Formats: sequence, C-alpha cells, structure tokens
Amino acid sequence: MRVAVVGAGPAGVRAVGQLVRAGLHPLWIDEAPDGGGRIYQRPPPGFRRSPQALYGLEARKATALHAALDALKPRADWRPDTLVWNIATHPGRLNLMRDGVATEQGFDAAILCTGAMDRVVPVPGWTRPGVTTLGAAQIALKAQGCAIGQRVALVGSGPLLWLVAYQYLRAGAGLAAVLDTTPFRRKLQALRGLPHDPATLAKGLFYVTRLRAAGIPVAEGATPLAIEGEAPDVVAALRWRDAAGREHRLECDAVGLGWGVRPELQLADLAGVPIGFDPVQHNWVPQRDLTGRTPVAGIYLAGDGAGIGGAAVAELAGARAAQALLADAGLPVDTALVARLERRLLRQARFRTALERAFPFPAHLAAAMPDETILCRCESVTAGELRAAAAPDGPHGASPEVNRAKAFTRIGMGRCQGRVCGAAAAEVLAARLGCDTAAIGRLRGQPPVKPLPIPQPEAAP
Amino acid sequence: MRLVRLTDQDRPEIRFVFEGQEVTARAGDTLLTAILAGDGGFLRTSEFGDGPRAGFCLMGACQDCRVFVEGQGRVRACTTPCAPGLRVRRA
Repeated sequence: MRVAVVGAGPAGVRAVGQLVRAGLHPLWIDEAPDGGGRIYQRPPPGFRRSPQALYGLEARKATALHAALDALKPRADWRPDTLVWNIATHPGRLNLMRDGVATEQGFDAAILCTGAMDRVVPVPGWTRPGVTTLGAAQIALKAQGCAIGQRVALVGSGPLLWLVAYQYLRAGAGLAAVLDTTPFRRKLQALRGLPHDPATLAKGLFYVTRLRAAGIPVAEGATPLAIEGEAPDVVAALRWRDAAGREHRLECDAVGLGWGVRPELQLADLAGVPIGFDPVQHNWVPQRDLTGRTPVAGIYLAGDGAGIGGAAVAELAGARAAQALLADAGLPVDTALVARLERRLLRQARFRTALERAFPFPAHLAAAMPDETILCRCESVTAGELRAAAAPDGPHGASPEVNRAKAFTRIGMGRCQGRVCGAAAAEVLAARLGCDTAAIGRLRGQPPVKPLPIPQPEAAP
Repeated sequence: MRLVRLTDQDRPEIRFVFEGQEVTARAGDTLLTAILAGDGGFLRTSEFGDGPRAGFCLMGACQDCRVFVEGQGRVRACTTPCAPGLRVRRA
C-alpha cells in the first residue's frame, strides 16, 4: 500500500510514527530542508543554541519531536526540500518539485499535514521593509539568531504575540512595545473556558508578567493606525490609538503583525475536500472529523492545516489520522491509543474554543481599513479598489463574493494566491456589502499552489 | 530594514555579491538574512510602483522576498541558503 504524508511538523511526525510502527514505509515530504514544522523549526547546521534557548518552555516537546523525526527519516521515503504543488485523487497522484525537477508519485492514501501561516490585517505602511508577520519575527530569531530590528513593535493578538515578545525579551532584542488589539475585558470573559488547559493558561500569564516586569510598554485594546518612515525602505514609527481613544506615535524600526493563524488548506481543497467557514476560528477550514477522515476516500487531515489547534493538538491528530488510515486499510489498529488520543483531542477542542473567544479576529480593523491602504501586497490592490468593485453602480455590477472581486480587481491573484490578503479582503468586502464573512466565500485553491520555475527545454543534441 | 544579529552568530564568514558589492555573511544564513543583516536594505522593488519590499512571512508563503541569483534565476530569499560566491541582484 502506497501511503504519502505531506508535512513533517508535529502532525506529520506523529502520523509517520504510527504508520512506520504498523510496518508501512510512507513517502514523506516537506518543503523545508528539515522537519519540525514552523513551531519546532531547527536552525541550519552550524547553529549551537540549546533546545532550551530555542524553544523555551516547549524545549522538551521540541526535543522529543526532533528525536522521533530523526529516527523516522531512514524508515520512510523521506523527501525534504520538496514542494507538493498539486494533488489528484482516484487515482491518487502528487506532483512534486525538488531542485527544479518535477516528478509524480502515485498514492493510495495520503495524510495532509500542511500547517498554517499568520493571519494579518493590513495596516497602512505594512509593505515597508521592516514590517513582517509575528511568525516571521519568531523565525528570524529561532532559525537565524536575528531580531527584525533594534526597536521592535509587536502588534496583534493571540498566544503568538506574547510568546514572540517574551522570546525577543529573553534573547536581548530591543522591544518598543507590545500592542494587543484585544480589549482586556474580552480576554477576561473568555478566561472562564481556559482552565481546560491550565498549563497553557499559566504560560500565557507568565509571558505577560515577565514583559511587564522588564518594563516593556504593553497596551490592550490598541488600534494600529499607520506604519511610517521617511525613506521608503525603513520604518521609523508606528502610529496607534489606545483604548481611551488617544493617539500615540511609537518610535520603532521594525513591526511584527499577526492575529492568529489560518490553515494552509490549498492541497486539501485541490483534493476535493469540502471547505467550510468556522465561525469560532473565523477561518475557512477543510471538512474532517475527529479521526482526521474527510469525505474524500483516502484523504486524511491533521494539524493546523485541518483547522487551527496548535502543536499539541497536531501531535495527537497526526497519530489519530494515521490510525484511521490503518483501520480503513484493514490493518491492525491500536484501540487503546485511539481512545486515549480522542479523549485528549476532545479536551483540547474545548480549550481551543475558549482561546478563540479570548482572541477573536479583529474584523472591525479590516472593515475600517482606510481606502488607500494596500490590501493585496502581491498586486498592489488597495482597500478602496476592492470596495469599488463591490459597488452596485460599478462597471461590472456588485461582486457578490470574493472570486468575482478577484476577477475584477486582481485581489488575491498574485504570487501568494491570496494567502496573505485573503482573510482581510473577505472582511473588507463583507463590510462593504453588509453581509456575513461566510457569504463572501474564499479564494479557491489553484495549482501550482506556489510559484514554480519553468524548466528550460533541453538543448537539441 | 536591518536585521540585528543577536545570538548564535559565531559561524564561519562567507562572501557573496549583492548588487555588485561584495558582502560578508555567515555560513547558515539565508539569502534574506545575509542581505538584510548587512547594508542591503531591501530585496526588490514592487512592480506596481509602490516601493521597496523585503519579504514578510519568512516561511516561503508570501513570495514577497524574491531575488535574482545568477545560475538559479528568481528564488525566495527566505528559503534559499546563502553560499560563498553567489551573485545576487534585486528582483
């Protein structure tokens, strides 16, 4: 039986672990040169920081995952540095690209563990060099030992905001401020649900306390207004408004932005898995059940690419999906393990719901984005241009959903395929049309899921 | 934009060329780090006239950090390792 696992983050590692344990030899692909995913990304060879320095409170989990990863590589058909740029089912086929060479691989069953990326709301000036996602700010430190600037402002909401801030503080990076767009009372209300996972709650409180104790300016209920600078390739300041309505100008030379993460679901989409809007996560997520099964036979999903759950959930879900695959293939299943995984997954789901309520996507910020803000950074489409495309008196009539708006404005048509602007664009359009985000739809996945080099034809002999 | 080298920087020096100037980087740097931790400032200019860009996601998703490497063509600076002797231009 030919089994493929796409992704070698927490979900992919645990999925492959179960498959190998059952005697299979899966094809295992990751776009990065090494596994670990973004959360447990390892620096390239030659870096020497300890796991403690790299992963902090998660060092034990990271070390355990890396040990499993390294032990599994020789027991699978391990393909790092390899992009899966298309997928087909019935018969299953993956299109791969490595070092500019395209190949195809057939499969009977596949577990897609494609992860997530930052969810951002554009702020005027966000295309300036010096502005990155929160995830990027973290990767710069973790994988390269660098801070994104001398005086870094971190803006957004969610666990990653506070984690990155704490990691920068600990590494000795200069922090200008941490601005949380979520009002304090909102988080307080949601705290009622959080004790389902007291360890995670304690970690969050620990980070905030340490930042305050270090004298880092921290604000809640903040609204970012603009990122400014004189020369076009620098950041000099962030203008923002506090919860009381006062405007401030914060001097900084770099800004990290992020409001949670959204699934990388392009391959699930191309495989034909139905995609629905999850109002709690405020994300489009592929349809799957607790076991990782999807309505498409032979396609299983795990990790953040299957709906945001974080690294701990990803490890559980990866193992669970592999067990589902084994069961469907008529192979022996570890029923005790399955029961334990499902119990823990259900408990985590309750915690996750509370977390999403504590750090909701700031749809109001996107809706209030000034017209001149570049919304789609690939194609330089402004919020105003998208709003105009939604107007009923426009040349094409109103765009009732986002793919039609894409055709008229080129929003989401660039090289990132809407990964970066899609969430905010839907909000801008929904606000302009006065309808729910879910009714706006989502930018459909298209192969290749990332830009590919066009191979040069071989010279005639 | 300038990345700040904070920690884990005792790696061997390597040299490459960016926009015709020889630049010193460290083994293990990505092209993005090698350029932006020096005087590179930015990686490309938006083809729509809205100014310079220097990447955004650092995880190979946003495609905003592409540069031109002789012999390789356009690559993502955030996922391409810097290597001695590379000749790199803004894309």
